[in-house]
This record gives sequence, structure tokens and C-alpha cells, in this order.
Amino acid sequence: MIRLEGIEKVYRTERIETVALANINLEVREGEFVSVMGPSGCGKSTLLNLIGLLDTPTSGKVHLDGTRIDSYQDKALARMRNRQIGFVFQTFHLIADLSVVDNVEIPLLYRRMSASERRRHALEALDRVGLASRVHHFPTQLSGGQQQRVAIARAIVGNPRILLADEPTGNLDSRMGHEIMAILKDLNTASQTTIVMVTHDAQLADQTTRILRLIDGRQVN
Amino acid sequence: MFRSYLKIAIKVLLRRKFFTVVSLFGISFTLVVLMVATAILDHMLAPYPPEVNQGRTVAITRAAMFGERTMWQSSPGFRLLDRYARDLPGAERMSVFTSGTQAYAYPNGSKVNLSLKRTDGEFWRILQFEFIEGAPYTTEDVESASMVAVVTRTTRERLLLGKTAVGLTAEVDGQRFRVVGVVEDVPRLRLIPFAEMWAPYTTAKSDSYKAELLGGFNAIVLARDRAAIPGMQEELRSRLARAELPDPKRLSTLVAPLESTFEALARTNIRSERSQSEQLWLLMVGGALLFMLLPAVNLINLNVSRIMERASEIGVRKAFGASSRTLVGQFIVENLVLTGIGAVTGSVASVVVLKAISVSGVIPYAELHLNLRILVYGIALAGFFGVFSGVLPAWRMSRLHPVQALKGAAR
Repeated sequence: MIRLEGIEKVYRTERIETVALANINLEVREGEFVSVMGPSGCGKSTLLNLIGLLDTPTSGKVHLDGTRIDSYQDKALARMRNRQIGFVFQTFHLIADLSVVDNVEIPLLYRRMSASERRRHALEALDRVGLASRVHHFPTQLSGGQQQRVAIARAIVGNPRILLADEPTGNLDSRMGHEIMAILKDLNTASQTTIVMVTHDAQLADQTTRILRLIDGRQVN
Repeated sequence: MFRSYLKIAIKVLLRRKFFTVVSLFGISFTLVVLMVATAILDHMLAPYPPEVNQGRTVAITRAAMFGERTMWQSSPGFRLLDRYARDLPGAERMSVFTSGTQAYAYPNGSKVNLSLKRTDGEFWRILQFEFIEGAPYTTEDVESASMVAVVTRTTRERLLLGKTAVGLTAEVDGQRFRVVGVVEDVPRLRLIPFAEMWAPYTTAKSDSYKAELLGGFNAIVLARDRAAIPGMQEELRSRLARAELPDPKRLSTLVAPLESTFEALARTNIRSERSQSEQLWLLMVGGALLFMLLPAVNLINLNVSRIMERASEIGVRKAFGASSRTLVGQFIVENLVLTGIGAVTGSVASVVVLKAISVSGVIPYAELHLNLRILVYGIALAGFFGVFSGVLPAWRMSRLHPVQALKGAAR
């Protein structure tokens, strides 16, 4: 489903050149739950951004369903992200000015869809993460765990085939972390959503189907 | 989608209330100044009664005689107008009348100062005054030097003529006039028709005006249509080129431009063939744009700084499928919401300011108001303002790299 070939990502400034990823070759199959582990600064989030089409590699190829997509233009990439990919971030990235349900609707704003249909899908997604009673709250009125559940609802509202989670439990206590992990596992098994999750937590990584380890921007297994 | 944009736009405005108030004040104040200026220009130049035929009316309000070292310049004289400006080809009617002069009356012993114009009978046929009593004097009245007059509603009150003045006599400047008509007040800014009392020019105390080439008179010419105006101007120039001048050794040229009120306002050099109306028009538009630039730059600055606050939101929107173009659209819509609120408050404030100017009497007899045309100008200006001040910040915002944006850093 997702194939990375010879990926290299280099950040250049006038003085310094930093290799974030080097020679990454990775294939993620449909329905897999892959965790990415490694020390801080090893390139985990960079890898996730490349898979999520938020960034482009310095060299190498990114394929989705057999089609090379790393050279797509802004509009095509935006469409691809909107239709195929959902993101969950460590710091939730909810928009404080919008209510829970309005936050969840965001991905659907960029599709041709009526307001009522958008609302229906958003409510269904919130119901799925157990937040049907908090739809009109604002993010700051929720606990960290609840905010991450809203973020998951936002990520799945458009039925993406791929969910990319960047340390989704990193800002939560262990009980809430396990709750979030349970939701992700459920999405993976019940909806066959392909999940790539960056984590520092070995216990969580052990619950996924495959672990990818990175050190200094290189794959070690 | 628009509803969502609207919702976030209002939230963003409420988030930084002080900046919002500063922005709104800038937009509203700019619009008030521009709308009030436009309303005054409209009041002065638009085809309202009595100048209903303004589109095909031209006037001679200035004249000059000059030679190599001498130049006399003033309003035209009766002889110039009577001898050279009558019967121009393409002219339907022509009227001569004096520039307004101050006249005094003493009803019940108190002094009343009036602006008096002495006109011919055609004056009342070219200009469509609103008569509330009686009728204008006629060409026959002018020829027979009848001591008749038309006064305004306010003059009727000031001269203590009662509720119906027609038939009554008023003594002004030592002359006794029988009032034949009363008209609605004419705004002071309507330079051609404005006066507080009108009488036949033949009632002047002396007929020395008849010999003068310069001084004391104006003329208006009603063309059959606009297309006839250039021909009339050319014919007048040609006639004046052949005019007999009083002192041919020192004076060789006589000029008297035949032009619209706007062209007359724009004229800075009476010797040049054409008025600088295009330049004045450009100057006014340029001035308006320049005046708008300051709040626009302020708004651009505020908007750009707000990008820093909204970097994370931009990153999220990009991650979930917003293209750069969509984000530009969103930000312009948000800016249009702000300028739209500014337009509404500016329009309301303009109505208040115009009413205050009208009531204060700063511009005599002015009844300034916001008509649909001015409102459309104002809304168009606000729209332009909104787009102009939104495009640069929107473009910068759309250029944010999603990864950098999610880290909360605007590039």
C-alpha cells in the first residue's frame, strides 16, 4: 500500500547539512499496524511526515497503491491527504476557537458535502470515540485524553485508509494512553485502517503488528 | 464551508479585541472620510434639481484677456457673453446671469444679508427650480426691466414675508421688488444656480455692465446633446479669436472656456485649451487610494502578525486537505468579514456625520445624505480594501510549510 524506496531527507542551511533520514526502504501493507520507534531526533516524525505527504524527500520515491506520488503538486497532495490519510498528533492540534464537532468537521470542509451531511459524519466519528456527549464543548474544556479522542475522531471522520499517529499518547498519563491505544487497535481491526504510529513506549509498540526501529535516520531492522 | 469560515473569522476577531477595534476604527474612519467627501462631491456635481440637465449643460464662468506682458482675468463680462456666446451651433438655450453679489435688506429694522443673482428669463428654463409658490419671471419681464424677484423659502422667512409671499414687495439694496415666485432653498455648493434671491439683470442700478468684456457675469449653455459640446467650444474659441479687444497693443488674446462644473473646478490655467479634469479625477482617486493605504498597511501588518498565532491551525488545515489556494480564499473571506463590519459601522457613522454637517449649517442649505450610489461606492471601496489588505497575508499564510506550521513557526 505504502512503499518507500531509497528515501533520504537532508535539511540544509547555509552552514550545516543535517541528514534526517538515509536509505529508508519500507513497505506497509493494507491493514497493518506499524509502530516506529527510536531515540529522540532519529527521524521518526520526519518519516511520518513523508508518508503523510506533508513533506517531500530529498531523494527516493514514495508510492501509494503503486503510484509514485512524491512529485505531486500542492493541490493533488492536498486532495490525497484529504481522501486517504488521517493524522493524530502528540499535541492534539485542535483549534481552540472551534467547538469539538466543528474541529471534527475540518477534513470534510475540503470535500463536496452538505453541512448536514458533514455534521452527521462528525457526530458519528465522535460517537465512535465515546465523546457524543461533548460535541458542543470547546477543546480547553476537555481533559488531555478527551482532546486526543477528538483528534482521533477528526482523523477518522473522512474514512481514510491510512492513519498516521505521531506519539498519540505522549502527552497523556498511562491510563489515558491505554484508552487511546485501545481505540487505535479497534480502528485497525474493525475497519482495517492501516496505522503507522510513532511511539517511545515499548509496551504500546508491542501491541502493533510490526515495529520499525530508527537510529540516526537509518533503519536498524 | 462559508459558514465555517464565518465562524472562525468572528472568533479570531473576538480573540484579540483591542487589535480588532483598532482595525475596525481604521477601516470605518477611512470609509467615513471617503464617503463624506463623495457625498459632498455628489451633492455638488450630480444632476439634482435644479441642475437636472447637467449632462448637457456647460458654463462660462471665467475669462481672460492677455498679451505678452499683461493679463486680466475674472468672470466674463456681459458684452463677451452677449456678443460672442449667443447662438452657438448645437446650443438649445443660453442664459446669462450675474455672479452672486451680496445684497442687504432691513425688514423691521434688522439687517439681512442675501446672495442676489440677476438673470435673464432663460435661466429658469435651463435650470429646473422647485417652485413652492408663484412662477419665474419671464424674458418679457427682463426686457421691460420689471422690478420682480424670485426668493427662496428661507429668504421668504428672513424677509418676514409671511406664508405666501407672491405679490408682496421686498426692499433689497434700496430697490423694491415684487415677489413673483418662491423656490426651495438651493445648496451653496451648487455654484451655478445658487442664490437666495433672483431678479432680472436689467434691474441693475447702472447699465455700464453692457460694455464690459470682463467681470460680473456667467453664462450657461444647454446643448442639444453631449455630442454638440465640442463643436460649441470650438465655435466660441474661434469667435473669441476674432474679438475686438480694448487695447490691442497690450492685449492680443481673449479666452473664456465653455466647460462643465467639474472641468471648471479642475482648471488651473485658463490659457490652456483643455481643463485638467482628467488630472483632477486621477488626483482624487489617487488621494482616496493613498488615504486608504495607511489603514490597509495597518491591517496587513496585523494580519501578518496573526499568522504567527494561527500557524498550528494552518498546519492542521493543510494536513487535512486544504490546498494553498483554499487557505488564501479562507483568509480573504475572513478579511472581508472584518472590512464588511467596518463598512457597516462606517456607513452608519457617515450617515450621522452627514446629518451633523447638514444640521450645523457649515455648508449653507446643504442636505447631505448617503444615496444608493455613494453606498455602492463605499461598499466597493470596502471590498477593494478587504481584498487588498488580505491578499498579502493570505499569500504568506498559504506558503507556510505544513510541517513548520504544525510546529507553530511561521516562516
